Amino acid sequence: MASTLDSASLNLKVGFEIHQQLATKNKLFCNCSCEEAKEYDSSFVRKLRPTQSELGAYDPAAMFEFSKMRTVEYQAAFGSSCLVEADEEPPHDVTKEALETALIFSLALHSKVMHEIHVMRKIVIDGSNTSGFQRTMLVASGGHLDVAGKRIGVQSICLEEDAAKLISDEKGVRKFGLDRLGVPLVEIALEPVTGRPSEIMQVALTLGRLLRASKRVARGLGSIRQDINISVQNGAVVEVKGVQQLDQLVKVIEHEMHRQYGLIVIGQKLKEKNVDIEKVGDRIEDVTDILGNKVSSRIVKKILEGGGVLIAIKVPGFAGMIGFEPYKDIRLGRELGKLVKFYDIDGVFHSDELPNYGITEEEVAAVKQRLQMNDSDAFVILGGPNDKIKFASDAIIRRLKAAVDGVPAETRAATPEGNTVFLRPRPGVARMYPETDILPIAITDSMLVALADKIPSHWDEIVDSLAKKYNLNRKLASQIFDSEYLGVFEEIATKTGVQPTFIASKLTDDLTSLQRQGLDASVLTDHVIKDIFTRLDRGSITKESVVLIFEKLMKKEPTMVKRVNEQVNVKEDMEAKIVNAAIEAVGAFSISDEELSKGLDRIISNNMAIIKEKGANALSTLMGRAMAEYRGKANGQKVNAMLKDKMSKMVNK
Amino acid sequence: MLIYLAIALRVVTKHDNSGEYREETGLKLLSKHSISVGDSIKITTKDAEIAGLLMPRYESASEEYIVIKLKSGYNTGIHVGKIKSITKMLDKDQAVASVRTPAVTAKQNLPKVAFISTGGTIASKIDYRTGGVHAALSADELYASVPELANHASIDPEVLMSEYSENVRPEHWTLMAEKVAEKVTTGRYRGIILSHGTDTMHYTAGALSFALRKLPVPVVLVGAQRSSDRPSSDAALNLLGATIFATESKYAGIFVAMHAGTSDDIIACHVGTRVRKNHTSRRDAFESIDMTPVALVRNNEIKMQQKHPNRLEQRSSDNHFEVNTKFEDRVILLKYYPGFDPMLIEHAINVGYRAIVLEGTGLGHVGRTCFPALKKAVDGGLMVCMTSQCIWGRVRMTVYDTGRDLLDIGVIPLSDMISETATVKAMWALANSKDVEAAKKIMQENLANEISPILSIS
Repeated sequence: MASTLDSASLNLKVGFEIHQQLATKNKLFCNCSCEEAKEYDSSFVRKLRPTQSELGAYDPAAMFEFSKMRTVEYQAAFGSSCLVEADEEPPHDVTKEALETALIFSLALHSKVMHEIHVMRKIVIDGSNTSGFQRTMLVASGGHLDVAGKRIGVQSICLEEDAAKLISDEKGVRKFGLDRLGVPLVEIALEPVTGRPSEIMQVALTLGRLLRASKRVARGLGSIRQDINISVQNGAVVEVKGVQQLDQLVKVIEHEMHRQYGLIVIGQKLKEKNVDIEKVGDRIEDVTDILGNKVSSRIVKKILEGGGVLIAIKVPGFAGMIGFEPYKDIRLGRELGKLVKFYDIDGVFHSDELPNYGITEEEVAAVKQRLQMNDSDAFVILGGPNDKIKFASDAIIRRLKAAVDGVPAETRAATPEGNTVFLRPRPGVARMYPETDILPIAITDSMLVALADKIPSHWDEIVDSLAKKYNLNRKLASQIFDSEYLGVFEEIATKTGVQPTFIASKLTDDLTSLQRQGLDASVLTDHVIKDIFTRLDRGSITKESVVLIFEKLMKKEPTMVKRVNEQVNVKEDMEAKIVNAAIEAVGAFSISDEELSKGLDRIISNNMAIIKEKGANALSTLMGRAMAEYRGKANGQKVNAMLKDKMSKMVNK
Repeated sequence: MLIYLAIALRVVTKHDNSGEYREETGLKLLSKHSISVGDSIKITTKDAEIAGLLMPRYESASEEYIVIKLKSGYNTGIHVGKIKSITKMLDKDQAVASVRTPAVTAKQNLPKVAFISTGGTIASKIDYRTGGVHAALSADELYASVPELANHASIDPEVLMSEYSENVRPEHWTLMAEKVAEKVTTGRYRGIILSHGTDTMHYTAGALSFALRKLPVPVVLVGAQRSSDRPSSDAALNLLGATIFATESKYAGIFVAMHAGTSDDIIACHVGTRVRKNHTSRRDAFESIDMTPVALVRNNEIKMQQKHPNRLEQRSSDNHFEVNTKFEDRVILLKYYPGFDPMLIEHAINVGYRAIVLEGTGLGHVGRTCFPALKKAVDGGLMVCMTSQCIWGRVRMTVYDTGRDLLDIGVIPLSDMISETATVKAMWALANSKDVEAAKKIMQENLANEISPILSIS
């Protein structure tokens, strides 16, 4: 049945929201560095509570998080976070460099810059912001981006602070690192587009290129993140977070298309049945006694053992509708099951699926009787701790009432399999209120005029000039531009004699194929990459070994890392050591045994005085001198063995 | 930069016209179209059409802009000079999606606590006039904001006044003292909580400590360093800690309850005369000076910290206590520094001050250039007292010549009394004694732990 749905007839729309970290010296509202902390040196705990917004309302998303009432622990390090990130000092003025970058992007996207920018507080009480809100400002709206001859509309461009980094989330305590909190982000929301997923991906790629062309954005893992908004005709906008790859995107879009259309079908049926949604949940009864009498359900048993209660909610007119499945796995019952998980509640049953799960026909009949149901009514049973059940039942009732309208606006998370699961309600305007600690910022026409010459060149032009400068073919030039290694590539290409084409191809095609094998490139820092190519330039390693060394490093074999850790002397460069170890491991040293042998003979003859004095004990001194010369060129063990051999022959003489 | 200062707990409820557009351009345009704050409007400029709700404008902000809340929730300022047309779409009060907090009701038979608000807010909304926050202060709102309160006390709130604490004057202390006395006299309350802006909360705590002596119940001052309009506000935990201390403490008197550290876990309760605000913005800005906090409240439990609890008054059922709520505001607090001009002392004499509290250096010194002026002050019938700008430790004026000379002049050493507390005490002593000599005697008596008999090594 699924394949019969067609994206065009459903008017499927997909909107992108790109979040790009900026490469500013300082964070958005303080003087701390945007660099990641190497280790944390202090921590503290907080609890967040919802507040009323300027419109006098509580935001549903905020209430939702509050209902979970968690303790949050923050880890901090001097240099990357200060009292501002700890929410112990008011924010400083907006970092000029970041605002300038956001304005430049706005101009590049032909967007209309606000006359006066107001910093807002967007309530987020999942703990990822110490203040309980994310500071964000609308910089510009409207505008467009040209993608392969198509004009894609820009909705808005915002400048905001990045959230703290989640370290762990265990039973009631969430841990965050503060180093990422406050790093400037530009959020660009594009108008929803129609089309095939591959075309949609092209849009994201083009926008990413434009941003990188400015050389004002951060590169590397996590520096760019995207949310997608998906809607079908007559549905509400559903925000999906955590989509990482193209094939996942395709699956997510298809899943959402079916889910949303299925929910619309369910909504229409409910309307046809003339259900009175006001009556949903008008009767809620404690049924712990009924189900707890002689327990044969495992889930019920677990609930009761945990000291929980069971309640039944009457849902008039919904008989058959909670289990109704217009598409495979798309049904209200499933939505409810995912929903209550967020209140840490596992036990949810509805009348369309009972008797089952160890709940008997007699028990079902007793519940129906207690709720005074007739045949057209349904019920939902919820089980869990007393303090959580009220929130969960309110959420269930709200969700069932919303079922008549089809798709509820909410935020969902993509699963690796390409499904989506409920994450939280989509925040309303009640979520935003002004950041009163910072004055509005007037943007004058003359300020914009002054920025006009900083607008980045078009991607095509940059790629052309890269190709020309380094004598690369155009494909390779565009690949190196799109990669995370443009900066280090340019540095190596300028400072060494290694062929730019060789460097670029190692850093693009070869590296990508290693990553496709599931290897992690994060170990290849700019520093490590420079080290490897410098050795190549000196002739201490061979061209062929570069990829082997990459591979060895990316495999992060524990034995190799351990050996390096043991060897590392504080003064020495850890990364160089790791590279050495990798070179050793792949046997990529460029010196021949003969050359080494000759060299060692020379070292011995230069140090005869020491050998005469110490005899066999001179080995360690000589080894040190030999390695000073041959480190990175010859395997240490081999040097040691050869030296020992030569010396023993001498001493024996 | 009034807005920048809005970090302290603030409330201004009496300015009901807050956030109105003032005269000049913005207002003219809006009144011409009979548009007021909260209306849904549409504005067209040369190159855009913008729809949203008209928002109030901060008083200190430029009048060149009109502020609109867009559908996305963002506010944006539109330059009045660039507006081509403006249309009202809808009047205010249109429905906004909202979720009410679940109603929380206090358990039965809980101890009663009077909650007097003077400018601190627990539940609050933005005040556009200043960028501060409005109090939303019924018992229901308190329970809604801090649901845990309903497990500890039945709260009886009353708004006494709404002032930023930097605007609090000695006459306000009188007002507060009388209100507390009135509540205590009813005998209905297990404890009293007084919410207060943090900037001068320690002065008020000192003032109440002298004005209300031998109280039968604890009176706990509480505030918030991070305004209560943010989810991370310290207001809720401070209030919870204050409530637990007010209902369960064995001791009576005036206390200040605030965060003990940056974490939301421990509330420290300080003796009213021994507490000082020592940081501009941190949650744990309040510290006890020359004393440990009386108690720490953690996980709803009070842990007494005081090494000498015999210095504290026990809670009692006897409802007799001493009420002397007058303050003399002609007291000057002078901080000495290198280059200090003795003319300042002369000036204080000439304009009719009745007491000078010196914040001297080290053990209680001021430069010898001040001696003639100080002698003139003492001879002229002013009370001159010495405290130290070192904050911690006592003054001891017999150690050096300078101190001995000052004693000879008639300067009164105030031991380890905090200079802020000393100033408040001087105001109280002058207003409640028959003459200066009697006031001087009062200054040297330990009435409310403002003087520490023993200073602990650790």
